[in-house]
Amino acid sequence: MSVLRGLDLAVEPGETLALVGRSGAGKSTILKAINRLLIPDSGEVIVRGRPTASWDPFELRRSIGYVLQEVGLFPHLTVSDNIAIVPRLLGWDEGKIASRVEELLRLVDLPAGEYAARRPHELSGGQRQRVGVARALAADPPILLMDEPFGALDPVTRAELHREFRRIQSAVRKTILIVTHDMAEAMALATRIGVLADGVLVALDAPAAIARSDDARVRAMLEPLVEATAALRGDSPTDRGTQP
Amino acid sequence: MRVFEFLSTHRSEFAALVTQHLFLVAISTIVAVSLGVPLGILAARRPRLGAPVVWLVNAAQTIPSLAMFGFLLPLPLIGGLGARLAITVLIVYALLPIVRTTVAGIKSVDPALVEAGMALGMTPRQLLRQVQLPLALPSIVAGVRVAAVIGVGTATIAAAVGAGGLGEYIFRGLSMVDPTVILAGAIPAGLLALALDGGLTLAERAVRGALAGRRKSSGWVTIAAIGALAAGVAWAFIGGTRSQTVVRVGSKNFTEQIILGELLAQTIEARTPLRVDRRLNLGGTFIADRALRSGDIDVYVEYTGTAHTAIFKQPADTDRERVLLDVRTRYAAEGITVLEPLGFENTFAILVRGEDARRLNLRTIDDAAPHTPNWQGGFGYEFLQREDGYPGLARKYNLKFRAPPRAMDLSLIYRALAEKQVDLIAGDATSGLIEAYDLFMLEDNRRYFPPYDAVPVARTTALAAHPAFAEAIRSLAGRISVAEMRRMNHAVDAQRRDPAQIVREFLSR
Repeated sequence: MSVLRGLDLAVEPGETLALVGRSGAGKSTILKAINRLLIPDSGEVIVRGRPTASWDPFELRRSIGYVLQEVGLFPHLTVSDNIAIVPRLLGWDEGKIASRVEELLRLVDLPAGEYAARRPHELSGGQRQRVGVARALAADPPILLMDEPFGALDPVTRAELHREFRRIQSAVRKTILIVTHDMAEAMALATRIGVLADGVLVALDAPAAIARSDDARVRAMLEPLVEATAALRGDSPTDRGTQP
Repeated sequence: MRVFEFLSTHRSEFAALVTQHLFLVAISTIVAVSLGVPLGILAARRPRLGAPVVWLVNAAQTIPSLAMFGFLLPLPLIGGLGARLAITVLIVYALLPIVRTTVAGIKSVDPALVEAGMALGMTPRQLLRQVQLPLALPSIVAGVRVAAVIGVGTATIAAAVGAGGLGEYIFRGLSMVDPTVILAGAIPAGLLALALDGGLTLAERAVRGALAGRRKSSGWVTIAAIGALAAGVAWAFIGGTRSQTVVRVGSKNFTEQIILGELLAQTIEARTPLRVDRRLNLGGTFIADRALRSGDIDVYVEYTGTAHTAIFKQPADTDRERVLLDVRTRYAAEGITVLEPLGFENTFAILVRGEDARRLNLRTIDDAAPHTPNWQGGFGYEFLQREDGYPGLARKYNLKFRAPPRAMDLSLIYRALAEKQVDLIAGDATSGLIEAYDLFMLEDNRRYFPPYDAVPVARTTALAAHPAFAEAIRSLAGRISVAEMRRMNHAVDAQRRDPAQIVREFLSR
């Protein structure tokens, strides 16, 4: 059984590419193939000019930031120890790690004095996500993979984090690949959007072009956005079909 | 509260037993953790390798502990009586809970966290050390707790193989049919288990709390149990001497020993103002010896050969004086005094019919040897088999029976001789049946059998504390001939008479 078929995708340095698809569309599989948690049955994935198969998997993963779907903070470690994981795996000296952790906490707007020593369960969902982002950025990887990064949050917090994300991205300029089922999130964050349906990439374009697409599979993903916009304008849902 | 009294008179012994008990449990639990955790990790990460390990550990757990002691007893290195065997058995029992909870702990780690670790670039080893083990720790500590509590229980059985611990009171109590002594072992063992359980529960909670970042208060039962135990042990350690106006007389568990115990008791009562506590019928040599060393009894009658070979594990020696001297020296080093022999010897007896002895003028085994080609021999199964039984005897005295000797049950052997089914037997020198059937005991003139002189053995401190006690026992030196002993045994065994009454009659003569 193949999850992804005929996928040919290049992520440009410095861009934020969002892949949008329903659950089970194969989005997470793409991320796992990139950091070699999975090796594709056929074809290859090239990271920084080298096929992943030729990378040392641990070296590869340490050079790619990864924000997980369920954040995946370790409950037995403090916020600062969670952030320090990859630098420690890379053998940085502790002084450098400490200043890096402080810098990152400032970046994600969690003052170190208050948050560094806390445990994940002492944080709100939004704060945990920020720590997840800080952890992914810790060793300053050129590439950042984000798997439904803000999916589990309430809409207000999500919107706040979207703003944060754009601010951070303008500061760090990473090559970012986001996968999400939420077209609104993709629109808010990405410079380019790809739409995945049944393991096939059906559209890949700038957000404005995606919004105007008349491909039915793309429109299906846009539907919730259209509904929300209509509701904001005060139209009743039953009138929707008569919209010009 | 008799238990409390018992413990207060046995303070130093109690302290030593608790220490031994804790030592057994601690050592075995530590070893089991250092074996079980790696096994559990292996089982969790390599199921194909690990499954058989878990199966084996499970299977071992189903063996009843007494049977396990039995299986392992004859093995080299770990076998044999003592702490080593006990610790081995305890380790086997402690392994299961530890292996199991290690496996469960590692497997219960959230797969999302394992994936997170991998995505961050941890090697499997780093993942194990930094994520899986720390998160499995509460579960592992729970396993250690269960193992230690099981260990406290199982360690009571260690006394059966001479490893000591609180089980010693339980076994001693069982053989003395004295619930007080049983409880003196069982109650502290129970408290120990509760205290360990509680202490490790706190440890487990602390670990969980540290993981979850919160502190949790503790249970009263635990604190109470730990407190009670600590107080008990402290009191036992602090306590020293006991005032003693009572002399405890013990005996092993067969007729002659009970008569001799009664004899010591009545002699002390008649000649001193001391009160006598009779602890007769204790059990075998091992138990009587333990009771004497621990101060549970002050005196009992032992046999020199038995002490030499069974208690001090010396090679058999047939020189009577040398054995007595050797035993006396060895006992003295352990605070026990060997008093003067009572006069008789409970050795193997080579017996013929009285009429044959008189007719053929037989006195020694040498005298009888030339007649053996015309005779039929009869011996117990064990005597016939053992190298220091019949085979050696036949060589020593050049015995040549007309047919291979017959193996017979010891209870029938005297009668078989009297009824002329056989003509020469090996029996027990002090058996009452010797007189009853008019049998004659041939002298072991070449000294084939080790000496088994009956000697009172007493705690040196008790003798020193009560000179009259020592005097009373000494008055029995050489008083009992082998014929007297046979007669008294016969009166009790065959005529069903009361040992106390027999002894009174003997002493009043």
